[in-house]
Amino acid sequence: MMKRRTVLSGALVSGLALLGAGGLAWAQAPAPYEPNQEMIDAAKKEGTVVWYTATDVQVSEKVGNAFEAKHPGIKVQVERSGSERVFQRISQEYGSGIHKADVIETSDAVHFLLFKRQGWLQPAVPSDVAKSWPAQVKDPDGQFAAYRAHLSVIGYNTQQVKKEEAPKSHADLLDPKWRNRIVKAHPGYSGTIMTGTHALSEALGWDYFEKLGKQRIMQVQSSTEPPKKLAQGERSVMADGNEYNMFMLKESGVPVEVVYATEGTPIAIGHAGLLKNAPHPNAAKLFYAFLFSRDTQQLISDVGGLRSFHPEVKEKEGRTPLSQIKILYSDPTKLEPQIEEIKKKYEVNFGT
Amino acid sequence: MNVSISLPMPARHGRIDLSRPIFVVLVLALGLLVVLPLFWLAYYSLLDQNGQFTLANFSALVTDPTLRRPFLTALGMALGVGVLSCVIATPLAWLVARSDLPGRTAIRALVTASFVTPPFLGAIAWEILAAPNSGLINVAYRSLLGLEPYEYLVDIYTFEGLVFAIACYTFPYVFTLVVNALERVPSDLEDASSMLGGRLSTTLRRVTIPLVLPAILAGTMIAILQALTMFGSPAILALPAGFHVITTKIWSLFQYPPKPGLAAAAALPLLIVTIMLLWGQARILGRRGYTTLGGKSSDPRIAKLGRWRWLAIAFVVSVLLLTVLLPYAALLKTALTRTVAEPLTWSSFTLHHVNFVFFEFSATKLALRNTFLLGFLTATIGTAIALVIAYLVTRRSVPGSQLLGYLATAPVAIPGIVLGVGLFLSYSNPSLMLYGTLWILLIAFLTIEMPAGYQQLSSAFKSVHPELEEASRILGGTRMTTLRLITAPLLRSNVVATWCFVFIGTIRELSATILLTTAETKLVSVIIYDLNESGDLGAISVLGIMLLVISFAVVIIANRLPVLGGQRLPAAR
Repeated sequence: MMKRRTVLSGALVSGLALLGAGGLAWAQAPAPYEPNQEMIDAAKKEGTVVWYTATDVQVSEKVGNAFEAKHPGIKVQVERSGSERVFQRISQEYGSGIHKADVIETSDAVHFLLFKRQGWLQPAVPSDVAKSWPAQVKDPDGQFAAYRAHLSVIGYNTQQVKKEEAPKSHADLLDPKWRNRIVKAHPGYSGTIMTGTHALSEALGWDYFEKLGKQRIMQVQSSTEPPKKLAQGERSVMADGNEYNMFMLKESGVPVEVVYATEGTPIAIGHAGLLKNAPHPNAAKLFYAFLFSRDTQQLISDVGGLRSFHPEVKEKEGRTPLSQIKILYSDPTKLEPQIEEIKKKYEVNFGT
Repeated sequence: MNVSISLPMPARHGRIDLSRPIFVVLVLALGLLVVLPLFWLAYYSLLDQNGQFTLANFSALVTDPTLRRPFLTALGMALGVGVLSCVIATPLAWLVARSDLPGRTAIRALVTASFVTPPFLGAIAWEILAAPNSGLINVAYRSLLGLEPYEYLVDIYTFEGLVFAIACYTFPYVFTLVVNALERVPSDLEDASSMLGGRLSTTLRRVTIPLVLPAILAGTMIAILQALTMFGSPAILALPAGFHVITTKIWSLFQYPPKPGLAAAAALPLLIVTIMLLWGQARILGRRGYTTLGGKSSDPRIAKLGRWRWLAIAFVVSVLLLTVLLPYAALLKTALTRTVAEPLTWSSFTLHHVNFVFFEFSATKLALRNTFLLGFLTATIGTAIALVIAYLVTRRSVPGSQLLGYLATAPVAIPGIVLGVGLFLSYSNPSLMLYGTLWILLIAFLTIEMPAGYQQLSSAFKSVHPELEEASRILGGTRMTTLRLITAPLLRSNVVATWCFVFIGTIRELSATILLTTAETKLVSVIIYDLNESGDLGAISVLGIMLLVISFAVVIIANRLPVLGGQRLPAAR
């Protein structure tokens, strides 16, 4: 198996520079750290690490198992739900002074703006992040960093749709022949789709969603779900959904194919952060560093199809490198005040 | 000689009638359970985003079509479910209780299976069966008739589909109540009717049905209210179809940025509708007496079906096929194949999902433990409380006892999801921090299950003639002694049934649970919902089947335990 080496392309990094996160990089970030024996021993005493995550459950359980194999005696409690559910839960818990989570990860970059503003995050910079992460995808104060990135893509079932007939762009989805054939995730329930809806509404205008809403789409919640509906053959085309689920299905032999739309493909950056009130501070710190290590990043790329910011991660053959994809970015600082309005407009057009 | 003095007086003195203090304690406890969350809801419904007083939340209910429409949809859905449940369950109950239909025990067991099935699991099973393209029924339909792709017979992602999928799992409420009532109709009344020349249909219409009408109405009302306040099935079936019902709408109001005020206000119409339904039920039943279980009871009459037998069998088989057999076959198939679309063959057979659930998925064990622990606790405590309340209320033993009945019934008006919010607001402040523990879930479940438990036991009490209790009281028993020694044993099949009702209700619960669980207090229902959100149907099927097997085992054991009275009353056979 030849693996092609890809570093996240210059195009991506320069795109991210537009987000305006840069500037005063590393202003107050703490010194980078590397797990040492002392930390490992302390972590073993704590025995558990609780991870709130929005990554697909099969992938996050694998990451958990890999950590348990590396550090026997420390259990990883994986708490997976959709990004907005994770956010809802942590807000509820922290609102009532309950501190159950050690490390948190969602695919909605806006959440981390809020977590930071609330002062819930513990600044910590694993050495991999300090060394290799582009400044645009880590917090200048060292409170969070991009654990993963993934695209929200168009896709189709290759048994039901021929390659020539498959949609090439978002505009193609408006063709009447796709009426009743499309599955789509919901911005109210999925951070990825909220980010994607924002990016697409800026690129294509709400006009696009108005027309898509008349296609009698099947509405699902999480962005992990449309690929699975394609795999079942329940719908033939998906208007949005996680690229990494598509990879996983395709590589296990399920007849689905990804389309990178000519107008561009939205990207969702999934940050991870260490919680200040983590009940298992050492295990949390150990696990947090583990998430960004080359091996873990390689693992989530291989089994999870996620895009990594680690320069040494080699992507599987057959996956289109990011440098060849036109990417649409959403600025979390611009998205945040618009969330309410996006949801309202979405409900008007799609019914829920 | 003064003989009368030396005669032992009925030993009333020295023993305190505990019913009054118990009454006071129960009023306070129930009041706290019910009123506290409602108070916080009312409080929040009058606040805007910034904590200022406002009536905007209520005016939004009328002016905002995105709030008005889900409410009307939910009403239509609930009525549909009520009617459908009643239409399915009443004839089925009569066939099981009063006819010579073969396999009646098996039918009962299968209806129990559909009752044990959490509605959201049923909804997922029906997705697997009747999604327009990948649904197994539609796949079979296309291949049988050689039709084009995209042709379909049934589509579960519709309003009708939703009504059907909910009714499949609410009809057992009507069924259980009506069967119990039918078994208690004394045959002498029916004998009288037939002796006077009434045919089977006349007796049924003029005697039997009027006698079990309270049970039919009570069951239908429970079905309607269950549907109205249900969250899981609409979340699974209505959202893909592109419409909201009131519960999913309320749930969506908790997305970022959350609007608890609007959610609280949106719950108010539900409360009003429920109160109207309860009032309507009371009006219909009026003051008619329905005492059917006296000291002298006789076996119910068994009707011979004769040539109607085959029609009856066809009816029963199709009901059971649709509600239990097909859904579970679909879950079993999905549990054992890689993807839903593949047929189950040697090559597609896999234990991947089983392996994932038991060995890779870290939440399984904890969730199972929590689920069954809470199920047992809620069922035991809940039944005990409901028994005492039902007794005090039906026998009007304490002045004002009706108040207890209202309090015990009130939670039915609060949709689980709203109660979840109310409880969260009540028990997550620093002085009373229960959020994050199993206690808050126990409180939630006790509150949610109280109406069903109370309704069931009070309808049972209404069917027991007070003469037996009066005898005990005359002989010197206090109210509580009488309840313990006379009434409870008479009703033990009802008590066991109520225990099972509550146990199953707890396991089925999702709508309040979903806001109240945390990492360490998660339940099977919540992990199933989370897995559905990410489309892992295989893992859901494994968990679902496991949940069914275990809860079914619990129900069977509860019904057989000698301590609990062993088999049902002889009449039930």
